[in-house]
Amino acid sequence: MEALNNLLSLFIYLLQGTVVTVGVALIALTLGFAFGTLLSVMRVYGGRFLSNFAAVYSTVIRAVPVVVVIFILYFVIASIVQLSPFVAGSLALGFASAAYQSEVFRGAIISIPAGQMMAARAIGMSKLSAIRNIILPQAIRLAIPPWSNEAAIVLKDSSLVYVLGVPEIMRRAEYYYARTYQPLLAFGAAALIYFIMTFLANRGLDYLERRYKFQM
Amino acid sequence: MDQLAIFLQRTVPDLIQGAIITIRLTLVALTVGVLVGLPTALARVYGGRWLRRLSMIYTEIWRGTPLLVQLFVAYYGLPELGITFPRMAAAFITLGLNSGAYQAEYFRGAIQAVGSGQMSAARAIGMSRWQAIRYIILPQALRLALPAWSNEVVAMVKYTSVVFLIAVPDLMGKAKILAGRYFNPIEVYLTVALVYIVLVTIATLIMRLVERHFRTPGLELEVARH
Amino acid sequence: MSELPIVRVENLHKAFHGTEIIRGISLSVNENEVVVIIGPSGTGKSTLLRCINLLTRADQGRIWLRDQEITTPHTDEDKIRRHIGMVFQDFNLFNHLNALQNVTIGMIKVLGMKPHEAQEKGMWELERVGMVEKASLYPAQLSGGQKQRVAIARALGMEPDVMLFDEPTSALDPELIGEVLSVMQKLARERMTMVVVTHEMGFAREVANRIIFMENGLILEEGPPRQLFYNPKFERTREFLWKLTELYGKDKSDEVPLV
Repeated sequence: MEALNNLLSLFIYLLQGTVVTVGVALIALTLGFAFGTLLSVMRVYGGRFLSNFAAVYSTVIRAVPVVVVIFILYFVIASIVQLSPFVAGSLALGFASAAYQSEVFRGAIISIPAGQMMAARAIGMSKLSAIRNIILPQAIRLAIPPWSNEAAIVLKDSSLVYVLGVPEIMRRAEYYYARTYQPLLAFGAAALIYFIMTFLANRGLDYLERRYKFQM
Repeated sequence: MDQLAIFLQRTVPDLIQGAIITIRLTLVALTVGVLVGLPTALARVYGGRWLRRLSMIYTEIWRGTPLLVQLFVAYYGLPELGITFPRMAAAFITLGLNSGAYQAEYFRGAIQAVGSGQMSAARAIGMSRWQAIRYIILPQALRLALPAWSNEVVAMVKYTSVVFLIAVPDLMGKAKILAGRYFNPIEVYLTVALVYIVLVTIATLIMRLVERHFRTPGLELEVARH
Repeated sequence: MSELPIVRVENLHKAFHGTEIIRGISLSVNENEVVVIIGPSGTGKSTLLRCINLLTRADQGRIWLRDQEITTPHTDEDKIRRHIGMVFQDFNLFNHLNALQNVTIGMIKVLGMKPHEAQEKGMWELERVGMVEKASLYPAQLSGGQKQRVAIARALGMEPDVMLFDEPTSALDPELIGEVLSVMQKLARERMTMVVVTHEMGFAREVANRIIFMENGLILEEGPPRQLFYNPKFERTREFLWKLTELYGKDKSDEVPLV
């Protein structure tokens, strides 16, 4: 009975961390999505400056480990404005994910036939309007499978904000280990929670894929 | 300019040591990954019911949990069961098993993309299943898997960074030490980022050469049509 | 003519997902014979061929290759397949090997021939099908007809007792069909024992010694081309044959160049 109580309290303790983890992942994914689509549009349709900027951003950020990006962005952000590790970490992860997501969307955009843009311009749409109303809606649906992949990765990479001391699942598991000297239980439970989260997320993403996937 | 010289003098030796360990970690992890991943993929495609299940369980678990968690379980958790790994070994094994699970999926996709017609044709000229796998399926599957595998090589350089959390003195680990010693985190981490960029670029170039070497006219196209 | 048939099939049954595809087929193929199997799609013709070379195991029935029963549980399937050549509708050339290597790999890895011997024989087989100048090209660099001819050379290289052709021209563009059919005609003239599943009525009429009409997993009628085309026992046979001949153009045989 004692053991069961302990197990329960461990899970409740870790589940509070789960809320934090999900929070980090969602913020990062959303920021990554917004900035990522912007970058991909800049890359494909922008002038020389915008296009190069997007290319350099994407290439450089993707060549550096996410942990390093998180550290750098955190220290940079921290020197400018006072933010909690949670927010700073989520934003950092978001900027990193934006680089990867921009590649996903770029791939989708360039696989849309040139005729689509031509037809949109032909009925008098401006370039911006065509991008917003014709290209992007199709590109986003095309991008769902590789995007799902990236989303799953962000969920797992959210564990990296541990390095900033954010009280997500890993931190809490570590505290539990420090208090009770039961590392296998603590980290094993953490692994289980992550596994379930990833499993559910994949199911959700599969549903998204099936419902909205767009094949040319 | 002086400041730069001083900075470099302080950091370059450590960074080089760190980079060497990062490279070692990358190479070992990739090797373990192939040695585990390829048999797993074969088991998944050609094995009987239990082999297939085992293969699936392995790939689901190792791809469904973060690398960080796996690292901590291996280094902090296993000693509770009496299995103690020194930190380098824990790093090698964790990175290797993690990579193996992802590589298994790439290989599986490639093997399945080769198409059942190839197996039929191989059996039709009298090859045994094993001969067919060895001489007909795998040569094509490995070529098909090369792009995904190249990505894995380049990505692995970055994934190794997580082992600094168990005090392995790789590039990231050295960065943390230096930042703590000299109180200039931004400069240190930016420099480290630069070193990673160099390593990643070198890895990318090497893989491009490898891809060019193994290119067979139309192999990707031909198989894709089926 | 007291020779043993090369292939003998007795009361074959095969079901897929509960539906019986082959419902009791018996036939035999004699040495040097060209047997053409025709019939509506999905009536088990391909399945029949795959049962003969054991790529598919029948549910019921027995098959003999010369004097050996090959449907017993202990048969070494791989050994048997050395003696039966198969040409697929989709060619299935090995994509990572060039034309010559496609032909020689079986000789080297299965028959244990030495590489230079295999190469010599391989070039000879490619010559036989008219593909010797393309020996170093990869499948992706060949047209459909060329691929199929290499596939035929690959099967011939194993020196089989019988060649099975599973709709060899069905995946080809019309202009390329002729080059494959003429190779097959040449083989027939060289007295190769052949079992051919095809819709090419010209080939059936001109080259077959015997035509078998299969429908619904059973043999409806079999006999020499003269009989099936001009004096069939069943109305259904006449209906099918002439509909197909119309579809593919009468006297298609005129378009097949003789090599």
